[in-house]
Amino acid sequence: MKHTISVIVENKPGVLSRVSGLFSRRGFNIESLAVGTTEDPSLSRMTIVVAGDEADLEQITKQLYKLIDTLKVFDLPADKSVQSELVLVKVAANEKSRVEITQIAEIFRAKIVDVAETSMTLELTGEESKVEGAIKLLTKFGVKELVRTGRIALQRGSAE
Amino acid sequence: MQLTGAQALLESLHREGVEIIFGYPGGVVLPLYDAMFADKRVKHILVRHEQGAAHAADGYARATGKVGVCLATSGPGATNLTTGIANAYMDSIPMIAITGQVATSLLGRDSFQEADVTGITMPIAKHSYLIKKVEDLPRIMKEAFHIARSGRPGPVVVDIPKDIFVNKLEYKYPDQVDIPSYKPRTEGHPKQIALAIKAIQAAKKPIIYAGGGVISADASSELKELAEKCNLPVTTTLMGIGAFPETHELSLGMLGMHGTAYANYAVTECDLLIGIGARFDDRVTGHIAKFAPNAKIIHLDIDPAEIGKNVRVDIPIVGDVKKVLQALLAKIGPKEKHAPWVDQITEWKKKYPLAYKQAETIKPQYVIEQAHELAKERDTIIVTEVGQNQMWAAMFYQFTKPRSWISSGGLGTMGFGLPAANGAQFGRPDALVIDFAGDGSIQMNIQELTTAVNNRLPIKIFVLNNCFLGMVRQWQELIYDRHYSHTNLCNNPDLVKIAEAYGAVGMRVSKPAEVRSAIEKAFAINDRPVLVDFVVAKEENVFPFVPPGQAINEMIID
Repeated sequence: MKHTISVIVENKPGVLSRVSGLFSRRGFNIESLAVGTTEDPSLSRMTIVVAGDEADLEQITKQLYKLIDTLKVFDLPADKSVQSELVLVKVAANEKSRVEITQIAEIFRAKIVDVAETSMTLELTGEESKVEGAIKLLTKFGVKELVRTGRIALQRGSAE
Repeated sequence: MQLTGAQALLESLHREGVEIIFGYPGGVVLPLYDAMFADKRVKHILVRHEQGAAHAADGYARATGKVGVCLATSGPGATNLTTGIANAYMDSIPMIAITGQVATSLLGRDSFQEADVTGITMPIAKHSYLIKKVEDLPRIMKEAFHIARSGRPGPVVVDIPKDIFVNKLEYKYPDQVDIPSYKPRTEGHPKQIALAIKAIQAAKKPIIYAGGGVISADASSELKELAEKCNLPVTTTLMGIGAFPETHELSLGMLGMHGTAYANYAVTECDLLIGIGARFDDRVTGHIAKFAPNAKIIHLDIDPAEIGKNVRVDIPIVGDVKKVLQALLAKIGPKEKHAPWVDQITEWKKKYPLAYKQAETIKPQYVIEQAHELAKERDTIIVTEVGQNQMWAAMFYQFTKPRSWISSGGLGTMGFGLPAANGAQFGRPDALVIDFAGDGSIQMNIQELTTAVNNRLPIKIFVLNNCFLGMVRQWQELIYDRHYSHTNLCNNPDLVKIAEAYGAVGMRVSKPAEVRSAIEKAFAINDRPVLVDFVVAKEENVFPFVPPGQAINEMIID
C-alpha cells in the first residue's frame, strides 16, 4: 500500500541526503519525493510517497524522527488530505493534431505553456489519477519529454 | 575573548569536562596541534593508528560513562576512524569524533587528503556536523556533546576545515542547548507503566531480558531491586553483561547464540518477557518467529524506533530505563515466587551447566576461570577482542558489576580489544584491565602496544592462541564440512617476541599447571603492559551454539 508522508525538517545542507540515505539503508523504496521550504523559511517540508504496510510505515516514521534534524513526521491518508502533482509534458504536434491536443488540455484543465512547430508543452496539475489519465490520452501523439514533481500534500483543514 | 578556531575547540572540550583525547596528527590539523602545544589542559594521547584512537575513546567511554573523544586528520585519518565510529554507533556509546577537513576553499575539488567525512559517516553516526563558519564552532561543540550523551547515546562526528582552525572568533560558550527537533523522551507513560505492572503481577513464567541500555542508563541497582522484589529471573545480552550480578540466584547469564541453555530454554518457555534496554538483535533471538513464542512482551527502551523493529511488542514503554524502573518500582507490589517456574529453571541449571572438559593442553575456558579466580576481589575490567575469546570470556568469567565488561557487541570488530583496554585503563587508572584476545584479532591493532608502553599502562593481554581464526573455524567445522578455508593462523609471528620488541613483557604458557602462576605474575607487573601467549587447545568449540537460523532452544550443547 502507498503512503504519503510529510516530513518537516530543518532547512539545512545535507538534510535531504540524510533522509534519502535512511530510506535506502533501511530498505524502503521512495516512489516520489518533493522538497521545498515551508511558511517558515528555516524549515523544509518533504513529501514522500512510499510503499509498505502499517508496520513499515511505523518504522519509517520512527526512524525519520530519529534524525536530529527532523521536527515532525505525519502520514497523510488520501481521505484526510489534499494531494496534487504538477507535470510538464511535451508532446509531438503538427497542424492536424494541435486542435485535438488543445481539446484534451481543456478537458483536463491543463495549461498550454509552450507551442512550437513540432511540439506542444502542457502543464498538468491535480491528483495522480487525473494526471495519469491525461498522459494516457497524450501518448498516441508521441510524448517527447515528461517531468513530474512527485506528489505534494497537505492535511485538510477539517482533519486538523 | 578572541580565540582562533583551534583554541576555541580546546576551550570547548575543556568546558565539556573532557580530560583526555586520543588522536593522531596530520596536515590539516596542524593548527590544532599547534594550539595544543600551548594549551595542555586536555591531555592528548598519541596513538599509532586512528582506528586505535576511536576504539580507545570508546573503551574510555564504556569504562567511565563519560563521552570519549578522538581526533584525526582529513582523508585517510578520518576514514581510519570510521570502523571505530560504526562500532560505537552499534553499541550506543557516547563519543565525539573530531576530524580535520581540507580548507573550505578546497572543499569538493578532490583536494589532497580530502574525503567527504560527513557523507561517509552518515549511516554510522548519531549525527554529524561540518563547520563552515568559525562563529558556529562553540554552538556546534555544545550540541555535539549534548547529542552524544543524551537520549540513546552515540557517536557524533564534527568535521572541521583547516581555515576554521585558523580563523578568529569572539568566543562565548553557550550555557544551554536548543535543538527544537531533538527532544528525547525520558519519562515513561504512566498508563504503559501501569499495564506493565499488571502483566508482571499476572505472569506465571516471567523473565527479564536486560541489555546495554541498563548500563548506559546507570540502572543496575533499579534492575536488581525489581528482580528481587518480584522474583524475576534475569538474563542479559552480551552488551548487558554486568547489569545484573551473575552470582545472584536469579541470574541466568547470557542468552542467544552462545547463551546458556537455561537462559534460552527459559526465554522459549516464558509467558512474560520483559525487555529492558535491549534491541532483540538476531544473535539474541535466533529464528525470530520461534523466539519467546508464548510470551507477552514488555519492551522498555529510550529509543522509540527500537519498539516493534524486530518483534511484536504488547506493552511498549519509551523512556529512560532508570526513570521508568524507578516509576515502576514506586508502584509495584512484591510478587511471590512461582514455584513451578523457579523449580523448572533450577532443574535446567542443574542439567545443562556451562561446562568444558579438561585436557592435557590448556583449555581456553580454564584460562578465563583462573583469571576470574585471581581477579574477582579486585576492581577489574574485562575487555575482549571478537570471536571465541569474546564468547568464552562472556560465559566463563562471572561479572557482578556494571562497566566491568567491555566488548564489541553489535559490530563485532576484531582489533577492538587492545585499544579499548588502553582507553579503559586511562579512564580507570586503578582498575585491573584484562584484554582477552585471540591470535587473529590481537594482530589487527597490535601497534597500540606502543601507546600502552609509552604511557606505562599495566594492561594484561591474555591471548588464547589456538593457531586458528577460531570462531570462523568453528563454523567451518560445524556448518561447512570442516573445510578450514583460510582460517589457519599457525604462521603467525612469535607474539612473545612482538611484545618484547614493543617494550612490553611477553610470556608463553603451554601447560595447564602453569596458567595460574603466569596470571599471578602478570598481575604483579604494574608499570607496563604484559602479553601472555596461552597456547590452548586448537579445535575447542564455543558451546552452547545456536546454529544460524535456528530457534534458540535448538542448541548444540556440547
